[in-house]
Amino acid sequence: MKDQNVRPGTTRRNFLKTSLLAGGAAAATGSVSTAAQAAGDPAILEVQPWAQALGDGVDARPYGYPSPFEEHVRRRNVDWLTADPVSSVNFTPLHELDGIITPNGLCFERHHAGIAEVDPTQYRLMINGLVEKPLIFTVEDLKRFPRENHLYFLECAANSGMEWRGAQLNGCQFTHGMVHNVMYTGVKLRHLLERAGVKTNGKWLLAEGADASAMTRSIPMHKALDDCLVAFKMNGEALRPEQGYPVRLVVPGWEGNMWVKWLRRLEVGDQPWHHREETSKYTDLLADGRARRFTWVMDAKSIITNPSPQAPITHGRGHTVISGLAWSGRGTIPRVDVTLDGGKNWYPARVDGPSLPMSLHRFYFDFDWNGQPLLLQSRAHDSTGYIQPTKDELRKVRGENSIYHNNGIQTWHVNDKGVAENVEVS
Amino acid sequence: MLRFPDLLLVFAAVVSLGQAASAQPFDLGREATPEEIAAWDIDVRPDGLGLPEGAGSVTAGEEVFIEKCAVCHGDFGEGVDRWPVLAGGQDSLASERPVKTIGSYWPYLSTVWDYVHRAMPFGDAQSLSADEVYAITAYLLYMNDVVDDEDFVLSKGNFAETRLPNEDGFFMDDRQESPVFTRTEVCMTDCKETVEITMRARVLDVTPDEAAGEPADETRDQGAAAPESTALAAVPEPAAALDPGLVAEGEKLFRKCKACHQVGEGAKNRVGPVLTGIIGQPAGAVDGFKYSKPMAQAGEGGLIWDHESLGAFLADPKGYMPKTKMSFAGLRKQEEIDAILAYLESTTE
Repeated sequence: MKDQNVRPGTTRRNFLKTSLLAGGAAAATGSVSTAAQAAGDPAILEVQPWAQALGDGVDARPYGYPSPFEEHVRRRNVDWLTADPVSSVNFTPLHELDGIITPNGLCFERHHAGIAEVDPTQYRLMINGLVEKPLIFTVEDLKRFPRENHLYFLECAANSGMEWRGAQLNGCQFTHGMVHNVMYTGVKLRHLLERAGVKTNGKWLLAEGADASAMTRSIPMHKALDDCLVAFKMNGEALRPEQGYPVRLVVPGWEGNMWVKWLRRLEVGDQPWHHREETSKYTDLLADGRARRFTWVMDAKSIITNPSPQAPITHGRGHTVISGLAWSGRGTIPRVDVTLDGGKNWYPARVDGPSLPMSLHRFYFDFDWNGQPLLLQSRAHDSTGYIQPTKDELRKVRGENSIYHNNGIQTWHVNDKGVAENVEVS
Repeated sequence: MLRFPDLLLVFAAVVSLGQAASAQPFDLGREATPEEIAAWDIDVRPDGLGLPEGAGSVTAGEEVFIEKCAVCHGDFGEGVDRWPVLAGGQDSLASERPVKTIGSYWPYLSTVWDYVHRAMPFGDAQSLSADEVYAITAYLLYMNDVVDDEDFVLSKGNFAETRLPNEDGFFMDDRQESPVFTRTEVCMTDCKETVEITMRARVLDVTPDEAAGEPADETRDQGAAAPESTALAAVPEPAAALDPGLVAEGEKLFRKCKACHQVGEGAKNRVGPVLTGIIGQPAGAVDGFKYSKPMAQAGEGGLIWDHESLGAFLADPKGYMPKTKMSFAGLRKQEEIDAILAYLESTTE
């Protein structure tokens, strides 16, 4: 939020200070003092400033932003993960969100050479290689193909990668925040490839970005012709610069690194390119020193977002809502199980809202908390019948050096005060 | 009555147009010219497809590497701070702490050539000539003991003959054959007798402080406000005539710094901040650059970059400013420091 957008005397900091003095403190702890209760709630008995003075007019916020009370809701970086913040990653605050849509400004970012600020009038998409006719498209050209809208999750293959050796980061934002879910508007990649005319030996596609890392990934032609999109909108508005403005590739259900941002070129070839991001990175090293390559699909996964270490239970015992997300790169999530005791007993959770393939699903589990410590876990089942494994089951077959594709079951320990911690259990 | 059939006719025409359009590829976009394809089609494959003509030796590669790569990767590819380690790590892949380098892990040499050419140096991508990339690649082979002759020359001609040790260390995704995938039943009640906590994140304490966001912002706000006033207060000394020879020498030496810093018109913060007119400015105050805490605090504490302070910093960055983000090892010779300072002084906003 820019301070110039705030009226004099109501800068964010003053605002928060004032609101804390004027009863915000009571709201923050969620309880009202006994003296106040005797007379009634000051939030009702006293005239609040917003009920008296006029607020901003319609010209004050031509592109709206969240309430100043939501200032703490933001993407966060883990400094020690990478050498610098340019080739780095930040994390979606999953614990602050509900439903299945991720707001554009909170979608986690992963760049390899910073955010490219591409001028859309200078944007070109090239198709070359094993095609009948190499082509150039402008953004305008792309928008003249038949458009489609799809809700898809994008998950970094390294999401939860810091947890392979054990519980490390205390918060679902950091353990699971390299995922977001938005509605893409774009055109089928198939239409562009058909226009160029893929030759019969064209079995692979190289997607390349326009940023200073010139990101490249090899994609098998069957996927390119199936459901990949060349997208220019997210949640109805233009892609954000940090998500590839003006055009990115959408590779539903597959690891986020393949969804090349600032897409500038598609080359058709007869074999994969084995570039840096599919050899040195994004290959899964096993305990015996050998590595899996081309591990594209994201396995089914789930996470309880509330309560979690950054979002403790503050209301004490009684009616409590457990909420979380589940997703699979292979289809929908018909079922999620939740346990309160570290896996002794499981209960079916309630999956709510749209259930779409390769999209986040929201689940809830409503229960009466007796104030005893909890060991919370969730377990996703996807539409292929696959069941989310425990972390130990994964380690048994993959070792601890895999970095990528950790979809093991997460445990939160909630103590009798409602404080949650990232733990592992036997 | 006559209008109705007209409408039907129009409707039918629209539909048939639509069908015609989807029956065959859409006539959109234009043909790419050979020059356009040549400009963008820079990818290289393991079989050598895409390699341009050119050659470079180990010794030539060492020179370029020291100048353009060592600031992050270290003189011997050992990696400075958390920047990637490029050499060593052989026989470490099955250990508890594998070191994945070109020599220990990467399957194909073409990946090195392609990546260095398309994305390096970090912040100055696609600036290396084909010969320079061959030379750097040759030096990387030497550092990884894949070649042991300093006179080795890598070229388009002998490229495909050179194989990396771990080429056979990879196999296709077979996750679905694992027992983890074949399970179809799950236990719902009385699944375990006991459950013990075996590990806690809090013991490690590596999570960014949740509350840190707010104070950090305060510091940044102050940091952004302070330089303006300090800069106004600092009366620039009348520019002493700079020795043009020294400035030219400094400009040459500054190539080392260019991997991370830009100067002059249109300069932007990269790995390091813009350095235009840095002399006379408070430390940690370039707009929009996120400094290490000590650097930002030093600026707020009144540190101004002059010949003495910047000279001392350049001689031993980490010694002068512990925890600085600058991973540069430092300039050993006073003449080099003087030249760099003269060059930086010659740049003005």
